[in-house]
Amino acid sequence: MSISDLSPLSAQGGSHVRAVHDEFHGDLLEVSMGPHHPSTHGVFRMIVTLDGETIVKLKPVFGYLHRNHEKIGEGTTYLGSMPYTDRLDYLCSMTNNWAYAIAVEKLAGQPVPERAEYVRVILAEITRLLNHTCLAGFLMQDLGCSGTPLMYAFREREYILDLFESLSGSRMMCNYQRFGGCRVDPSADWLEGAKKLTDRYGAFLDEFEALLTGNEIIMTRTQGVGRLSPELAIAAGITGPMLRATGVNYDLRKVDGYGVYPRFDFRVPLGAHGDVYDRYMIRILEMRESIKILQQALASIPTGPIMDPKAKLRGFRPKAGEAYGRIEGPKGEIGFHLVSDGSPNPYRYRVRPPSFINLTVLEDMCLGHTVADAVIILGSVDIVLGEVDR
Amino acid sequence: METVEQIRDRLLARFPGAEISVITNPGVAAQHSLLLDHAHARAIAEFLRDDTTLKLDQCSNVTGIDWPEKKITETSKVSVPDPAGGPAKVVEQKTERVQPGMLEVVYHLYSIALRHGPVILRLRTGNRTDQVTVPSLTPVWRACEFQEREVFDLYGVKFDGHPDLRRILMWDEFKDFPMRKDYVEPDDYEWEPTPHGVVLEKAKAHYPAPPPAAAPATGGAKP
Repeated sequence: MSISDLSPLSAQGGSHVRAVHDEFHGDLLEVSMGPHHPSTHGVFRMIVTLDGETIVKLKPVFGYLHRNHEKIGEGTTYLGSMPYTDRLDYLCSMTNNWAYAIAVEKLAGQPVPERAEYVRVILAEITRLLNHTCLAGFLMQDLGCSGTPLMYAFREREYILDLFESLSGSRMMCNYQRFGGCRVDPSADWLEGAKKLTDRYGAFLDEFEALLTGNEIIMTRTQGVGRLSPELAIAAGITGPMLRATGVNYDLRKVDGYGVYPRFDFRVPLGAHGDVYDRYMIRILEMRESIKILQQALASIPTGPIMDPKAKLRGFRPKAGEAYGRIEGPKGEIGFHLVSDGSPNPYRYRVRPPSFINLTVLEDMCLGHTVADAVIILGSVDIVLGEVDR
Repeated sequence: METVEQIRDRLLARFPGAEISVITNPGVAAQHSLLLDHAHARAIAEFLRDDTTLKLDQCSNVTGIDWPEKKITETSKVSVPDPAGGPAKVVEQKTERVQPGMLEVVYHLYSIALRHGPVILRLRTGNRTDQVTVPSLTPVWRACEFQEREVFDLYGVKFDGHPDLRRILMWDEFKDFPMRKDYVEPDDYEWEPTPHGVVLEKAKAHYPAPPPAAAPATGGAKP
C-alpha cells in the first residue's frame, strides 16, 4: 500500500490510518516524538504514526509550557501585561510589545508621536533580522549541518542583542514599548550603532548565503519537502513567511499599513512552491528588504517626543469596548484582542499566536514524508513554544 | 468594505428566518460585530467566505469570553405625585435585574483576496452550565481547528461539528475550565507523592482536619 492509496485528508481533519494490523503490511508504528527532543525547539510533542518509514498520521501535543498567560493578563493592569508579552515569543519581544501596544492604543484611541513610530519600525525590522537569522540557523541545525550555520547566526544575534540591551536594559525581555510611545529615547550613539549594524548585515547575509543557499545537499534535502498549497494555507489561517512562501501576496505591513510603513519603499518576496526551501529563501529575502527599510528609517528619523505627552501610564482605564490589533511579526500575524469593561484590568486579554496557528497544517505537510523530513518541516514553521503554549 | 449593518441586511435577505443582530462596540475602535443564531451560523459563514464582494477567506482569530451571571442595578427617576396636593416629587428608583450568564465565541474574519476586514462574528451559548454547545466553524475555516479546541479547553464551550474536539493546552484528565471567571485555583497545585514544607501547609488549610483519635481508654484492666 503506497501513500497515494490512502484516502485524502478531509477538510474536517480526518485520519489516514488503516486498520492497525493486517497480515500483509504488518503493524503501524506509533512514535512519540518529544517533548524533550532537540529538534522540537522546546517542549513540543508529536505523536507520529508510521507505516514503515512513511508518516501516515501526525498529531501535535501542546501545553508543556502552558501557564495560562491570558488569565495572568486578566489579573493585572494593561501596562502590567507588557513585560509578559516579552515571554510569549522570547526571540521577538519588541514586536510582541508593539502588537500589544497597537491593540491597546486602538482600544483607548491613543495617538503615537512620529519619532516613536520610526523607532518602533526600526526595532521591529531589527527583530525580524534577529528572528530570521536564528531560524535559518536552527533549520540548518535540524537538517544536520551541525554547528557552523547556527554559530554564525548566533554571532550576529549577539550584536543585535547588544543593541537591545543598551536601549532597553535587557537582551531579550525588552519591555520597551508603552501605550502612546516608547519607554526611552534612543540616543544618537544608539542610532549610529543601529546604522552600523544595518550596513554590515548585508555582508553577513552574503556570507551566510554563500554557505547555504546554493548548497547541493541542502537543496536536495529541502526542495519539494513539506509542500503547502496556497488554498490550504489561506483556509488554515497561515500567516507570515509561511503564507508568502506559497505565493500568496499578503503582508500586513502593506495591507494594514500600520505605523509609518507606507512611507518606506520595500518589496514583499513571494515563494512559488511552498516547500521548506522556499520558506528558508523567503526569510533570507525578507531580511534583505528589512535592511532596506532600516536604511530608510534610520536616514529619515525625525526629532521630537518619544511619548505622547497626554499618554497615561498610571491610572490607565480605557472606556468599555473592545479592539483587535495586529501587526506583521517575524513569525506571522501577531494580534491581541482586548475587551475592556472600564476597569484598570482588561476583562479579556487574548493573544493570537502566529506559530500556534501555523501548526494547524503540520500534519498535512508531513504526510507521506519520513521522520527526518518532519523535523525540518517543523523547523521551517518557525515555532517558539513560549508562544504556542502561552 | 460594507458596514456591518449592510452586511446584516444582505444576510437577512439571503437567509430569511435567521436572527442576526449588530452588537455595537462602544469603544474608540468601533469594531462592531454580528451576533448569529446557531441554526444558520454555518451557512452564513460559508456565505461570507464565498460571497464575491466580501470573500472573507481567512479566519484570523477565535476568542472565547466568559460572561458570568451579573446583577445590574439601574437607577431611574420617577415623579411621584404628592398626596397632599403639592407639586410632584422626583424620586430615584432603583431596579435590579439579573443578566444571565453565557459564554461567547468571537471570530475575526479578514479577506486575503480583497485585503479588507475585520468582520467580527459572535456566537453565544444559552448559559454556562448545560447549554454550552455552539456550531463549529472549523468546516468553513480550517484555521478554527486549534483555536476552537482551545476555547473548548479553557472555557468549556462545546463545538458541534468539530472533527477533533479534545483538550489542547491542559492535560486530558483535567476537569475544570481555567479561563472562566469563577475558576478557583486548587491549593494543592504542586501536590507530590511525598509532600513537604509549603505544600503540606497549604494542604492543611485546604482539607478538613482529620477526626480526633479516640481518647485512650482509662480505667481498664491493666495487664
